[in-house]
Amino acid sequence: MAPLSLEIDGLACRRGGRRVFDRLSFGLGEGELLALTGRNGSGKTTLLRALAGLVRPDAGTVRWLGVDVADDPEAWRGRLAWLGHLDGLKGDLSVVENLLVAQRLRGGAQDRLDGALLAFDLGALAARAVRTLSAGQRRRTALARIVFSAAPLWLLDEPLNALDMPAQQAFRAALQKHLAAGGLAIAATHAELGVEGARTLELGRA
Amino acid sequence: MNGFMALLARDLRLVWRRPGDVGVVLAFFVVAVVLFPLGIGPETNTLQRIAAGVLWCAALFAALLSLERLFAADYEDGTLDLLLLAPWPLELAALAKCTSHWIVTGLPLSLLAPVLGVAFGLDGDSLLALFGTLLIGTPTLSLIGGLAAALTLGARKSGALLALLALPLCVPTLIFGAGAVETLAAGEGLWTHLAILGALALVALATTPWAIAAALRQAGE
Amino acid sequence: MADLHFLANPARFRRFSQRVLPGLGFATVLMLAFGLYMAFFVAPVDYQQGQTVRIMFLHVPSAWLSMGGYALLAGLGASLLVWRHPLAALMARAAAPVGASFAAVCLLTGSLWGRPMWGTYWVWDARLTSMLLLFFLYLGHIALSRAYDEPERGDRSAAILALVGVINLPIIKFSVDWWNTLHQPASVTRLDAPAIHNSILIPLIWMAVSLLFLFIFLVLVRTETEIDRRRLENAAVQEEEAAA
Repeated sequence: MAPLSLEIDGLACRRGGRRVFDRLSFGLGEGELLALTGRNGSGKTTLLRALAGLVRPDAGTVRWLGVDVADDPEAWRGRLAWLGHLDGLKGDLSVVENLLVAQRLRGGAQDRLDGALLAFDLGALAARAVRTLSAGQRRRTALARIVFSAAPLWLLDEPLNALDMPAQQAFRAALQKHLAAGGLAIAATHAELGVEGARTLELGRA
Repeated sequence: MNGFMALLARDLRLVWRRPGDVGVVLAFFVVAVVLFPLGIGPETNTLQRIAAGVLWCAALFAALLSLERLFAADYEDGTLDLLLLAPWPLELAALAKCTSHWIVTGLPLSLLAPVLGVAFGLDGDSLLALFGTLLIGTPTLSLIGGLAAALTLGARKSGALLALLALPLCVPTLIFGAGAVETLAAGEGLWTHLAILGALALVALATTPWAIAAALRQAGE
Repeated sequence: MADLHFLANPARFRRFSQRVLPGLGFATVLMLAFGLYMAFFVAPVDYQQGQTVRIMFLHVPSAWLSMGGYALLAGLGASLLVWRHPLAALMARAAAPVGASFAAVCLLTGSLWGRPMWGTYWVWDARLTSMLLLFFLYLGHIALSRAYDEPERGDRSAAILALVGVINLPIIKFSVDWWNTLHQPASVTRLDAPAIHNSILIPLIWMAVSLLFLFIFLVLVRTETEIDRRRLENAAVQEEEAAA
């Protein structure tokens, strides 16, 4: 087994006096994928947001390569690629502009743009304003942003949403390529991701 | 600093794509100011006396009007998460957003106000003072208004609430901004007022980005 | 803030408040009764202001308490944001309307006093204007804390607002004073006579302490209510979940 890059220890989150999850512990090594499952409201999104540092957990630690990520949140944010349930795209900007702006905000390299566009078959749409795209095309643009970021850890909230079959295939291929290169991914999903070797964590009361 | 520039450039480009949004705010400013002579009467002495106060109040309202969308648009399309997750301080992002707001409202309002001031019979020195005070004062309005916009993110009835939060905090800027033009008429020093306006802007610059960042973080939870 | 650490736990707070409240309520009533008696019957009539000087015994302590109340809100806000004390949020929710009420009493009594003294219910006096702006800051805090579907978000937003507000209060006060001297001749009657005689000062301080007791009593009672309300809301959520 690969050494663990990401270690979650005793993570707990409360909302409105309600325990969303409690004493959650797991680890993830290079090239590993974790699928978060569970019913609506079981805390999948909250867990993803807590891992990213968007939600302050009530207890527990998240460690990356043995170091508590709360020690240097900026460095931690630089290692993440985030896909929320909202696409995070500006309707008045084109597909390419959206990708470039997001990458500039991350301070990342600009050289993998063509590959990212190609991976989700966005070449023909590159100059189109995002507001003119369909929901599935927007999701593909958002996924291309994840590939473009070249971040080692992907945090994905329902990545298959609104994707048709070819797009789902494209996503699987991109994810497998990311994992094969030693990347990590955690995806909240209610459908099968269809990626071999994925581990599953079911949230919600037993 | 690269992130700051990237965000500023993005917001300015978004405004450039939809210049109508800024146009509406400036049009509101002009219409609101023009209503005063219609309501009060065209007597030059009265108009001269109230000109600075009217122009400053109208500028304040126009700035507030455009603030509601400052963070709300990013909140609704999910790009706020990208800002929260950018690997540089969120305080800089807050500052970039307020800077872009000032460039597209505060700056044009400062340029437009002296033109309208002519219609109120202000003399050359007063027009210059009006321009100067607005130029130094409007950044404070953008910062304080930006804080109110961040605090009301996702709240019910956020537009009216934003004004309720921001207006009392904007009172000092209003007093010294409008007051400067009057002291000029009374033959007193303009520089004290400008210096105090500058000090208010510095206090806002030193405090609001942290408060805005805190408000945005908790809006992301 | 040491007291707040001790009371940070709502259950412990309840035990504390239930022990303290009856005695505190009783003491408040007695002190207020005696204070009002002194204010209305014992304190001498001012040779300039006449009987209206008696309004000051309510007006001045209300001003003090509304300012102190806002400082309390800021302290509670800091303890919520820094230490995440669950009780601080509930206490701020309870204290804001009480502070706003004292500000309102201060404004009303000020305007009642102004009618015979200034000949009008409202003048743009620097103190009254500052108090009006403080009242608006309170209104903003109350509205913001209740503007969210998720009460915790309202608590934290209002906490940030209280901290920013407390930094701005001296600036607002300073600028209103400046504005006042610019726009009005200094002929307006000032409330602060150079030296206050003991026959006025003692009832004034007595009333201030009684009203402070009233303030604390009201905040504690309202905090208990807020605890109960939050518990009921949470219980409703949990019941829904159990049923689902």
